[in-house]
Amino acid sequence: MSTPTATPTRTYAAYSAPLWRRLLVSRETAVIVLTAAVILYSLANVPNFDGPLTLKFLLQDIAPILLIALPMTLIIITGEIDLSVASIMGLSSVLLGVLHDAGMSIPTAALLALLAGLACGALNGFLIAYVGLPSLAVTIGTLALFRGIAVGLLGTTAITDFPDSWSDLATGTIGESRIPLVMIPFAVLAVGFVVLLHFSTFGRGIYEIGLNDEAARFTGVDVARTKMVLFLLSGVVSALAGIYFTLRYGSARGDNATGYELQVIAAVLLGGVSIFGGRGRLHGVLAGVVLIGVISSALRLESVTVNVTNIIVGLLLVASVILPSVLGWAGSQLPRKASADPSGPRPDKDTATAGV
Amino acid sequence: MAASNTAAPVLVLHDVSKSFGPVVALRSGSISVEEGSIHALVGENGAGKSTLVKVVAGVHRRDAGTFELDGRPVDFGSTAESKAAGVAVIYQEPTLFPDLSVTENIFMGRQPLARGRRIDRPAMHAEAERLFSRLGVKIDPRRPAEGLSIADQQIIEIAKAISLDARLLVMDEPTAALSGVEVDRLFAVARSLRDEGRALVFISHRFDEVFDLCDTVTVMRDGSYVDTRRVADTTPSDLVSLMVGRDVDELFPKVAAEIGEPVLEVRGLNRAGVFHDVDLVVRAGEIVGLAGLVGAGRSEVARAVFGVDAYDSGTVTMSGRKVRPRDPRAAIRAGMAFIPEDRRKQGLVIDASVTRNVAAVIRRSIARAGLITGAMENRAAGPWAGRLEVKTSALDMNAATMSGGNQQKVVIAKWLATNPRLLIIDEPTRGIDVGTKSEVHRLLSELAGQGLAILMISSELPEVLGMADRVLVLCEGRVTTELDRAEATPEAVMHAATHHLEDAR
Amino acid sequence: MSRTDIEREPETEVSTGEALLVEPSRLSPTRRAVTTVLRSRELSIFLVLVAVVVLATTKNNGFLFSSDGWRNFLLNPSILLLLAVGQAVVIITRNVDLSVGSTMALTAYLTGRLFVDQPNLPIIVVILACLALGAVLGLVNGVLVAYGNVPALVITLGTLYVYRGIMLTWAGSDRINAGDMPRDFLSLGTQTVLGVPVLTIVALVVLALVGYYLHTARGGRELYAIGSDPDAAVLYGLPVRRRLLAAFVLSGALAGLAGVLYTARYGTVSSSVGSGIELQAVAAAVIGGIAIFGGSGTVWGAAIGAFLLVTINRALPSLGIEDFWQRAVVGVLILGAIVLDRVLARRQARKLAESRDHA
Repeated sequence: MSTPTATPTRTYAAYSAPLWRRLLVSRETAVIVLTAAVILYSLANVPNFDGPLTLKFLLQDIAPILLIALPMTLIIITGEIDLSVASIMGLSSVLLGVLHDAGMSIPTAALLALLAGLACGALNGFLIAYVGLPSLAVTIGTLALFRGIAVGLLGTTAITDFPDSWSDLATGTIGESRIPLVMIPFAVLAVGFVVLLHFSTFGRGIYEIGLNDEAARFTGVDVARTKMVLFLLSGVVSALAGIYFTLRYGSARGDNATGYELQVIAAVLLGGVSIFGGRGRLHGVLAGVVLIGVISSALRLESVTVNVTNIIVGLLLVASVILPSVLGWAGSQLPRKASADPSGPRPDKDTATAGV
Repeated sequence: MAASNTAAPVLVLHDVSKSFGPVVALRSGSISVEEGSIHALVGENGAGKSTLVKVVAGVHRRDAGTFELDGRPVDFGSTAESKAAGVAVIYQEPTLFPDLSVTENIFMGRQPLARGRRIDRPAMHAEAERLFSRLGVKIDPRRPAEGLSIADQQIIEIAKAISLDARLLVMDEPTAALSGVEVDRLFAVARSLRDEGRALVFISHRFDEVFDLCDTVTVMRDGSYVDTRRVADTTPSDLVSLMVGRDVDELFPKVAAEIGEPVLEVRGLNRAGVFHDVDLVVRAGEIVGLAGLVGAGRSEVARAVFGVDAYDSGTVTMSGRKVRPRDPRAAIRAGMAFIPEDRRKQGLVIDASVTRNVAAVIRRSIARAGLITGAMENRAAGPWAGRLEVKTSALDMNAATMSGGNQQKVVIAKWLATNPRLLIIDEPTRGIDVGTKSEVHRLLSELAGQGLAILMISSELPEVLGMADRVLVLCEGRVTTELDRAEATPEAVMHAATHHLEDAR
Repeated sequence: MSRTDIEREPETEVSTGEALLVEPSRLSPTRRAVTTVLRSRELSIFLVLVAVVVLATTKNNGFLFSSDGWRNFLLNPSILLLLAVGQAVVIITRNVDLSVGSTMALTAYLTGRLFVDQPNLPIIVVILACLALGAVLGLVNGVLVAYGNVPALVITLGTLYVYRGIMLTWAGSDRINAGDMPRDFLSLGTQTVLGVPVLTIVALVVLALVGYYLHTARGGRELYAIGSDPDAAVLYGLPVRRRLLAAFVLSGALAGLAGVLYTARYGTVSSSVGSGIELQAVAAAVIGGIAIFGGSGTVWGAAIGAFLLVTINRALPSLGIEDFWQRAVVGVLILGAIVLDRVLARRQARKLAESRDHA
C-alpha cells in the first residue's frame, strides 16, 4: 500500500453496468412502463378516456397527492413516516375558510394557513428529531390532534363562500390546454425536490440516514436537523395541498381529505421507495401516483365502482413489496432461470447478497 | 491429529467451507472435539473462528464439508435444531432481550412449567439463583437485562448455556469482558462440566487462559485449519507462529517517527456510568494505544471525544482549541477522523456504493453551492480508493459485497480524504484478513511518520504492543495506567486492565 | 448460598422505586407486588380514566349513575377493546396491523348477510363463521409478513385497501338493517347480566384470556422476546415465524369478533363500518403503555387505553367541551403518553447506568 500522498496505483470504472442497463433494470422503470401500459390500454379500450375533460380531472384529482408525495418520499427514505399530512390538509382548509370568513383576503388567509402547516410540521419534527420519539406513534397522535383542531374549529358546518376568481384559478387550465393551472406550482416544487434529493449534499444525507443513521452520524450528517427540515417541508406542502383542495371544491370542512395519508403512502411505496428507508427515487414515486390516478380514472369511466380501485391499489402495494422477496427466493432456488429475465422488476441485489 | 485418550469425538468438522457472496469467510475448517475435554480454538481476527462457531450453532449452513455430532452427520438449518441436538453456544456478542428480566432471558422458550402449562415463576427464579451462585455472581434474577454491564451480560449468556445441559458447549471469547475473579469462576465451572464428560470449545485471544484451561488446541489461519496440538506439548510462541505464519517482528513494521506538539488533549472527561476523569494527550506523529477489557469504556471515550456521544463534564481540545461537545461536524472541522469499531453499523453505509462511502465526509467541500452530482463524487472518490488499493470492479459496487479488509480500506480512504490531523481508530483490524491486516499496520505507521496523531483502540495485545508509542489502559471507565513503549509488556497491560476490579471487590 | 448474598443489607439507601428496578429481589414479595402495581403505566392511565369519569359525573350525574350512562360506559368501549387487545399483541412483536378496521367491516357485513340469507341460522354458527373469516384474513397478513420478510406496515396497509374493497364489492349497494336480523341476536347487543352488558363480558373474557396467556405461557413470553430483539430471537432459536403468524391470526380473529359485536350493537351495517378505527386501536395500545417498537406493555394497559379513548369522547359534552374537540383531546393524549414513556425510559436507563457505578 502506498502513502496517501502518492499517486493512485489503481483507477476504476465509475459504473459496473452501462447506462442503458442501469436505467432499464430499475424499479422506477418498471413502474413507469406499467403506468404507460395502463394509459395506452385505457386510451384504446376505455370510452372517453381520451375525452377533453379526462386529463384535466385526472390531474386535478391527483394534484394533492402529487404534492404531498414529494416531501413524503424524502421522509420515508430517511426511514420515518408522516401520517398526519391529511390532517394538516384538513386544518389548513378550515383555517382558510375561517379566516376568510372573518374578513381576511384569500392570500392573507392562505399565508396564515401555510404558517399553520409549518407549525404542525415543526411539532412533528421536534418530537421525532429532537425528542427522538418514533414517527409512527407521533404522527398517529398528531393525525388525531390536527384533525381534531380542524373539526373543533368548524364543527360539522362548511364554509363555501369563496370568491369565484379564486375558485376559477384552482379549477382553471393553462391557456387552452387540458393541463390544470395547479400543475405549475407542482412542477416548480417537483424540480426543487428532485434537486434537493438527488443533487444536493442534503439529499445524500437523507439516503445515508435511511440506510444507516448511525453511520450517517459518524460521518457528520446532522440527523436531527435533516429530519426536522423534512417534517417542516411536509407540513408546508400539506397545507398548500389543503388550500388547493379547499378552493377546488369551494368548500372548507373539518373532514376534508380524510384518509389521504394512506393514499399518499401507498403511492410512494408503489413507486419503489423502501419503507425501511434508504431506497427510492422521485420519478418512480410520481409515476406511482399517476398510475393510481389513471387506474381509478379509467375504472370510473368504465363505471366500475371505487371499491375495485381499492382492491387493485392494495394488491399492487402488496405485490410491489412481496415481489422482490419472492423473486429473491426463487432466484436462490433456481439461480439460472431467475437471472435469465432481466426485464422485470428484479429482486433487490443488495438485500439478496447482504449476509455475513 | 493428536488424540488425548480413547474418548469418542463429540464434534467433528472436516473441510467445512462457507462463503457470503464473493467473501470466503471459512475456507477449510476442521476440528475434532472429544468428550470430557476442553478444546481451544485460536487464530487471529478474521481467521474464521466465529464463522465456524456459527456453522456449528446452525446460524449458517455450511457450503461444503462434513459435520458430525456424536458420530452422526448433521445439518442444522436453525439454532433451534442445534439446541435440540445438545449444542449450546455463547456468541461473541451477547444476544439478550433488553425488555425482559434476567431470568426470562435465561429460560426463554423452555421455562419450567407448573400445572396447566403455565410458567412456574418461583421455580424459574430459584433455578436462576442456583445458576448464579454456581457462577459465584450477584445478579438479581428479577431485574431487567437492560442496563447490565457487558461483563454481566456475558455472565447471563454463560448461565443460559450451562442451563441448557448441553453435550457440547461452545464459548466464543467468553472472557473478553471479564475480570480475573470472574474468569476464575468461569474456569471452575468449565472444568466441572468437563469432568461431567461434556465437550467444550473455548475461543480466546489470551494464551494464559488457553494454557491454564484447555487440553487441546486447534489453530486456524485465514479461514483454514492449520494444526491441532496437545496443550501440554506446545508453547505460546509455537502457537503465535502457527497463527501468524511468519515472524512477528515483520508483522508490526513500526517506523520511528518524530513526535511533535500535542494535537488532541482531553481533560477530566466524565460520563455517569461509563467513564470517569479521563485525561489523555496525543501528539503529532505519535500512536497512542488505548487498551483494556471489552466494556472498559474505550470505545465510549473515543465516541465522546469525536462528539457522537455526549459527556457530562470535561474538555476536548484540538491543538489548543476547544471542540464543541456532541457535534461530530465540529470534530471533523477541527481535524479529527474517526474509524469506529463496528464497520458494518458505524464505519460505513454498507448498502451504499464505494463512491458514496468514500465521498461521504468530503462531499460538502466538493459540492458547489450545496449541489452535487454523481460524476463529481466519482472524480473525488476514485483517486482515494485507488491510493488504498480497494479491490472492486467499479465505483458503484455496493460495499456490502466486499470483504472486511476491503471495507476497512474504504473507511480509511473516506477519512484520509478529509486530510485529518488526528485519526482515532477503534479495532483497526477486526474481521479482516491477514494480508490486509499488515497493510493496515504499515499504513498507520507511515501516517504517523508523516506527522498524523493516531489514537488506536485494540483488543489484540500484540497489535497494541507492536504499534503504540504509548499505551493507556482503561479499567471500568478509568485510566489506570500509562506505559511507554519500553514499559508496555503483556503482563503490565493485563494487570492494569483488571487490577482495578480486584481492588474494588 | 446466593440468597443470603443477594438479600444482604443495602450499603446505601435506595428508594423503593430504584430497588424495584435494579434489585427487585431485595424487596419482600408483597412489597414488590405492591410497588410494581403502584409504579405501573397501567395504573397511571387507569387513574386518568377514573379522573375523567369522576369529573364528568360530578358535572352530570347521569354520566355514570343512570341506566343508560352505566350501560354506555361499559358497552361502547367493548368493540375498540377487542381490536386494541389484538393490536397490542401484534405491536408487542414489533409489527402493526392496520387492516383490522377493514376486517371488522367484512365480518360485520358477513353477519348481516348470513342472517338475511339464512334467518334460522344459530347465532353461535354466525359468530364462529366471523371468527374464522377474521382469522383467515389475519393469516393472510401473517403469511405475507412472516414469510415475505416485508414490514407489516406496508402489508397491512395494502390489505386494508383490499379487504375494504372486497367488502364494498360484495355488499354493492346493499345495506343491512336491524329489520334483517333475528331479534335474539340484536338483543345480545343490549342484554345485561347483573348490570353488565353481555358484549362487555365477551370483550373482558377475551381480554382476560389473552392477558393470562401473554403473562404465563411460553408462547406469550416469546412474543415479548421477538419484539424486544427480533435478531436475538432468531439466534436464540425461537419459532419466530410461527409466533408472528399466531399474533396476526389472533388480531384478525378478534377483529372478526368485533364485527359481530358491532352488528349486534348497532343493528345496521353501512359501507363505512370501522374505517379509521385501526388508528384508534393503535392509539389505545400506545396510550396504554405498549411500546410502538415492541417488547413491552400489557394488554391490560391497551384495554384501559381503549376505555379511556371512548369514555373521553362521551365525557367531553358533560365537561362543557363541544364534542367536536374529541379528536384533538385524543391526539394530545397519545402525544402525552409517548412523551411520558420516553421520559420514564430515559430515567430508567440513567438509573441503571448509575447503579453500575455503585456496584
